[in-house]
Amino acid sequence: MSAKTLVQKLAILSDAAKYDASCASSGSEKRRAGKGTGIGSTEGMGICHAYAPDGRCISLLKILLTNFCVFDCAYCVNRSSSNVERARFSVEEVVRLTLDFYKRNYIEGLFLSSGIIRDTDYTMGEMVRVVETLRTVHDFRGYIHLKAIPGASQDLIDQAGLHADRLSVNVELPTDDSVVRLAPEKKPVDIRRAMGGLRTRIEAAADGQKGRAKARKFAPAGQSTQMIIGADETNDAAILDRSAHLYGSYALKRVYYSAFSPIPDSKAILPLLKPPLIREHRLYQADWLMRFYGFDRTEITDGRPDGMLDLEVDPKLAWALKSRDRFPVDINSADRETLLRVPGLGVKSVDRLLRARRHTRLRLDDLGRLVKSIGAVRPFVIAADWHPGGSLDRLDLGARAAPKPQQLSLF
Amino acid sequence: MIAVDLAGDTDFAGFRNTARRLAAHGVKPADVVWRTGRETGDLFGSTEALPPPTVAETEVKVPRAFVPLAEAVICHSAPERLSLLYQILYRFRIEPKLLEIASDPDVTAARRMEKAVGRDVHKMHAFVRFRELATPEGPHFIAFFEPEHFIEERASGFFVRRFAPMRWSVLTPRLSLHWDLESLTVGPGARREDAPSEDATEDLWRTYFSHIFNPARLKVKAMTAEMPKKYWRNLPEATVIGDLIAGAEARVAAMIAAAPTAPPAHHERLQARGGDRMAAGIVGPQAIDEIGQTAGIGLAGIRAEADGCRRCALWAGATQTVFGEGPERAEVVFVGEQPGDREDLAGRPFVGPAGQVFDEAIEEAGIDRTLAYVTNAVKHFKNEPRGKRRIHKKPNGAEIEACRWWLAQELTVIKPKLIVGLGGTALQSLLDRPVKITEIRGKFMDFDDGPSVFATVHPSYLLRLPDPEMKARERQRFVDDLKLVAERIRAMG
Repeated sequence: MSAKTLVQKLAILSDAAKYDASCASSGSEKRRAGKGTGIGSTEGMGICHAYAPDGRCISLLKILLTNFCVFDCAYCVNRSSSNVERARFSVEEVVRLTLDFYKRNYIEGLFLSSGIIRDTDYTMGEMVRVVETLRTVHDFRGYIHLKAIPGASQDLIDQAGLHADRLSVNVELPTDDSVVRLAPEKKPVDIRRAMGGLRTRIEAAADGQKGRAKARKFAPAGQSTQMIIGADETNDAAILDRSAHLYGSYALKRVYYSAFSPIPDSKAILPLLKPPLIREHRLYQADWLMRFYGFDRTEITDGRPDGMLDLEVDPKLAWALKSRDRFPVDINSADRETLLRVPGLGVKSVDRLLRARRHTRLRLDDLGRLVKSIGAVRPFVIAADWHPGGSLDRLDLGARAAPKPQQLSLF
Repeated sequence: MIAVDLAGDTDFAGFRNTARRLAAHGVKPADVVWRTGRETGDLFGSTEALPPPTVAETEVKVPRAFVPLAEAVICHSAPERLSLLYQILYRFRIEPKLLEIASDPDVTAARRMEKAVGRDVHKMHAFVRFRELATPEGPHFIAFFEPEHFIEERASGFFVRRFAPMRWSVLTPRLSLHWDLESLTVGPGARREDAPSEDATEDLWRTYFSHIFNPARLKVKAMTAEMPKKYWRNLPEATVIGDLIAGAEARVAAMIAAAPTAPPAHHERLQARGGDRMAAGIVGPQAIDEIGQTAGIGLAGIRAEADGCRRCALWAGATQTVFGEGPERAEVVFVGEQPGDREDLAGRPFVGPAGQVFDEAIEEAGIDRTLAYVTNAVKHFKNEPRGKRRIHKKPNGAEIEACRWWLAQELTVIKPKLIVGLGGTALQSLLDRPVKITEIRGKFMDFDDGPSVFATVHPSYLLRLPDPEMKARERQRFVDDLKLVAERIRAMG
């Protein structure tokens, strides 16, 4: 094997990293550069420095340390049975790329993951070496997201948490049975334990900052996870149920859903189809409804055929259409919880609406200035000068209120 | 008509002072024209002078939220921003709560401008691309950027906070920002040619941009919504976008058409090596079929078996099996209900708040915990997610019954002389019938064919009592119960 150049390695190891959906660089502690040394800052909210033609934000240098891997996870481009080209960065190469990109304002920081080489601790140790070098040798103060490998020793996890803003462990697939089937070397219980361990450490560190106990800094931007959608048969109801448990159990900042998409040199047992992007989008919408709009997961999926979300309309509108007896809602008197359930009304709109109506009775025009699209809201509300009349009962409401289909065709 | 000349596009102090005076004199918004030096021609031939200073202008009151709004809006490039701000200020005289009415047309317009400015600042933070220039003083990082609004100074703090140890300049057509490692200075506007025309790192950046792109997810509109084409001419990565889009469909088609290949040789070697490892992995069918088949494997063996337990559905909502803990030859076994949130995360029984109450109580009662075995009737945490938390749910009869299997295994190996059941669930499992704690509490139940059972409450009961007096009383009762246990242990010894 001839030695690869840095450009070649970068090409291989970013190709290998692109299937991880997370690119967030938000929610960490605030840091700023020092005088003379210590480049970098974190501003609270993340910055997307570029967008690729897949519409995804590029915020971090998202790469694998190596795509050599002893595991053979069927859905993964880096599985050991794949003939994909392999490469491995040295610690210094990753450090140099991160700093060079950062100084030119291309990125917010680094998101480092890795194939498993030799064993868990060796791989985790190599990744920790990268972030340790960035932080201690170069005093790098930008954002770092590091993959935590389930089963790695506590000592390595503690070091990772000391240097990284965010740690993540991927649940990989919506059910343990799918993990066992498609990722035979991964143990679901190890993944759960790893997430539980991270939550314990993160909370202890956060308590420590409030002065309750002495604790080392640990992943101030919390933990997240990802599951691949569409590589197994799990329906949306089961996926959202799993998400609810994950949020409730491990204080996750985010559950990322990643539509399974064709990979080079794919394994025959997986569907080689268009990635289910609309389904992925609907899952994110449902996830949002559960976390910020007071919806219970059963309200969202109950009554759906096969437990799958409606691809034609968003889950909030779908819920409203099957709950017509709860509409129209009077925007001048309804409480916050009720308003949040009106299609077309977001959290910000509702909060502004609530403040405004303390001083004035809202007419439809007023509402029009508070929302993105009054057309979507109108059938569901009563305003000072507006009543939707019988339009709610009309059977074609679904079609009229639904946004125009926007499925992108690839083939 | 009064004409006001501000010192520049974003002369907030000038605007504030003048607006205050105009408002104090009751000058109507329609009678003021605001100028920043960008106006062409003389649209308003005859203008009046500004009214004289008055004490009243120091008393013009505005809501606290107006200042940050006005500071942002003044950076908007629309000429009408100043008259809009004055209009709002003027309306405060009779509508002091105006800003809270987000649906008001003036407030809506101002908030829109504020948002546009915020977005422009954000895009400047995102899309400035520095190029490195070698100079005698060291590297100098220079960028050319074209913002939509007058936001350069407003956006500059970010670059100072982030790049303080670097010498840098951001050039824009309107002005330039320079950081010399010590302080920020503002210079005249510049042209693209004033910045370096290339940087060797840009090839690496374009490589990254091309390869992080997933052609199977082509969504051009989503990209241009967030990275509009007007920014592309200053983005080095934008030169490859066209080719990436054009080639995407063919790349995906090729991936799908490609036949599966035979695994590489190293994969076969790994699989051969990994066989043993896998065998130690997921627990399949139970290796022990009957209670008592445990002679050979001991507690450690049973614990390993229980790790993959799916005898009931509770495993799915929990992190892990929480098995008992303590010496294999313990004379006394304490049985609780089920692990809680903390125990579920740690994988150890009695380490949460209830465990703490338990520890303190048995110490007070004079029982050495290290000599006791502690476990639960149900080994997975039954819970229900509630947003960012999960709440404890009581296990039902079927779940208790399913898990009695494991408790029986533990007791079969340990062969204790005494079992202490803490709470209803534990006693239901131990006695194999639903029980009323109040009827059997504080009593030793002796059996011919097995260890004695003692009944008391679960320590979490004490945590739930709201009344401090009652809590103290009940805690004492709990300790008194445990003292009976301590006595019995001494008598057994």
